[in-house]
Amino acid sequence: MKKLILSIILITSFQLIIAQNQEKDYGQIQGNFEINMQSYNTDSIIGAFEVPEKVRANTYANFIYTKGKFTAGVRYEAYLNTLLGYDSRYNGQGIAHRYATYKGDDIEITAGNFYEQFGNGLVLRTYEDKTLGYDNSIDGMRIKYSPIEGIQLTGLIGKQRKYFDLGQGIVRGIDAEISINDAIKKLADKKTRVLLGGSFVSKYQQNVDPTYYFPENVGAFSGRLNINRGGFNIASEYAYKINDPSYDNAYIFKDGNALLINTSYSKKGIGVLLGIMRLDNMSFRSDRSATINDLHINYLPAIAKTHAYAFAAMYPFATQPSGQIGMNAEIFYNIKRKSALGGKYGMNISINYSQVNSIDKQKITIDPTAEYPNLDGYTSDYFKIGDELFFRDFNIEIHKKVSKKYKFALTYMHEDYNKDVIQGLSDFGIIKAEIGILDMTYKFSSKKALRSETEFLYTEDDNGSWVMQMFEFTYAPHWFVAVSDQYNYGNVDEDYRVHYYNVAAGYTKDASRFQLSYGKIREGIMCVGGVCRNVPASNGLSLTITTTF
Amino acid sequence: MMKKILIVSIIVLLQSVTSFAQEAKRTIPSVDIKTLSGETFNTSEILNDGPIFVSFWATWCKPCIQELMAIDENYEDWQDETGFKLYAISIDDTKSMSRVAPFVNGRGWEFDVFLDPNSDFKRAMNVINVPHSFILNAKGEIIWQHTSYSPGDEDEIYEILKKVAEENKVSKEEEKIEK
Repeated sequence: MKKLILSIILITSFQLIIAQNQEKDYGQIQGNFEINMQSYNTDSIIGAFEVPEKVRANTYANFIYTKGKFTAGVRYEAYLNTLLGYDSRYNGQGIAHRYATYKGDDIEITAGNFYEQFGNGLVLRTYEDKTLGYDNSIDGMRIKYSPIEGIQLTGLIGKQRKYFDLGQGIVRGIDAEISINDAIKKLADKKTRVLLGGSFVSKYQQNVDPTYYFPENVGAFSGRLNINRGGFNIASEYAYKINDPSYDNAYIFKDGNALLINTSYSKKGIGVLLGIMRLDNMSFRSDRSATINDLHINYLPAIAKTHAYAFAAMYPFATQPSGQIGMNAEIFYNIKRKSALGGKYGMNISINYSQVNSIDKQKITIDPTAEYPNLDGYTSDYFKIGDELFFRDFNIEIHKKVSKKYKFALTYMHEDYNKDVIQGLSDFGIIKAEIGILDMTYKFSSKKALRSETEFLYTEDDNGSWVMQMFEFTYAPHWFVAVSDQYNYGNVDEDYRVHYYNVAAGYTKDASRFQLSYGKIREGIMCVGGVCRNVPASNGLSLTITTTF
Repeated sequence: MMKKILIVSIIVLLQSVTSFAQEAKRTIPSVDIKTLSGETFNTSEILNDGPIFVSFWATWCKPCIQELMAIDENYEDWQDETGFKLYAISIDDTKSMSRVAPFVNGRGWEFDVFLDPNSDFKRAMNVINVPHSFILNAKGEIIWQHTSYSPGDEDEIYEILKKVAEENKVSKEEEKIEK
């Protein structure tokens, strides 16, 4: 008995010590966990091939420890084996990302893996996107330093992540950004805000080619300027890359360049946006022989609008780094409440147009007798728009809340999609598609709602026309169930007029989510039950669990 | 006897550990994001006397927009009642970042919107998918978080905001008494 009393006293005092220590700062641990698991049935008609493992899973877990100015993080990844649609070089498991950061008042030092973006990313952007299986983080050192308020300097060096390995090339970069209004006190209260920036990035990769003198060091630089006054905003960047023969440009020695200008004006109730972009030979990777999504140093944003609805996103534009010229314009307008068109709750309209063409290219024929033959590949007239259409998208979206219970969104879209160029194929030509989408939500009570999504895609090209219906019932704040069917009724080959049915259910509690679905899925972005992600083509049962802690 | 002691100690220890885990309230990390005019804003400046609502969203995410619209409809009422402040963090990257300002103004949203173009803040907060939102108290401690949006979720958000506003008042009064 004495022993018991003694031990209780001991334990209680231990508890007291812990309780006291709670006052001390032991730091914080935060993290998340994600599992995407799928079973595969063979379905030759939709192109779902036999998967020997039957079930595959991609899983991730992040742990971040923070104490005062110190942060450290690790990410464990396991692909057993990679889900279809992801690169099989991910197969396996391990610590794919680890870093430690010290962040003082004006200096920040990171050792290990990091993500960084200079300006718009035209010369450097490392990032990760799990739905795309993309991660080009740099493993090395980074220093950020702010000598005075309004000036930010960044320097980095390292090698890039390539699946569970590192790429050959070494990447080095510096960036400076000055906020004129913050740096010069006199201008602090001026209405016009000006931001200036400049970057230089260089890569080193040994040349082992027996016949060609490929440059081992390749540099790229860029300058950027942002001006903001009231509702008016202009953001521009110009980037230039020294000769960089690579697999992407068929080993030509031409320099590359990129120009991106985005202007917008907005005030309450109206917004206007105009963007232009020209690219010429701007693929920039830390390995000259890299392909697919490997080892990109820079990021060339797609200028067209990103669509979320299934059919609007069926033929999405992808940037053509070898050369493109394009524009994107959009108007947002809010029709006021209590007007004739606006009704009781108002109405939102947006109209968008984008077009991307080839750039002018005049081929240079190599003179084999010359001592120094011109290996630039082609010349290009900067201001000339090429004849070949890559992409065109015209769309109108209307959002209207009719009553407390009922609201809808209506979309019309016309799209021209150059499948040959965008997907690197031949003989498909340009796909012309007309798309209509009606999205309605009816709220039965404060917790129960039914959403219906009807989509229609008409085309005489590619796989022909499609129709889709989806019903989603949500019971806030925890549950949802959804059923959908996409039917390729217009396929020229009657055997391929397939129904892609799918049923899904999910449970959400706080920051955890559990979702189960079964059916056939076409590749694309899918938004169900409140979350969007990319899903590869398949037929089977899929399970997703995510949690943030 | 030893067994009993062992069991008792395990239970007490477990209690201590769980109470430790509960006690350690998390705050938001210091990360540089951008204002709509492109200037740097540090997340340590996310402050308010009342509750704080931080919502990660994107212009291409329909449920995110639905959630923000639902809050926007009640924005003034909720502000009067709870004194809350909304920080909407757009994770649109360079591709669609320039759409954010005209999109927000075109809809007439009046809350503060920030840009997280390379998802630095999103990653630091361990957000997996958008929408994902957090409610913080006046001390900056994370009280509640939620992923995804279904119509009606705003009622739960409102309830939590009211609760946090009430707790803020209580803790302020306690501070006053201590002084």
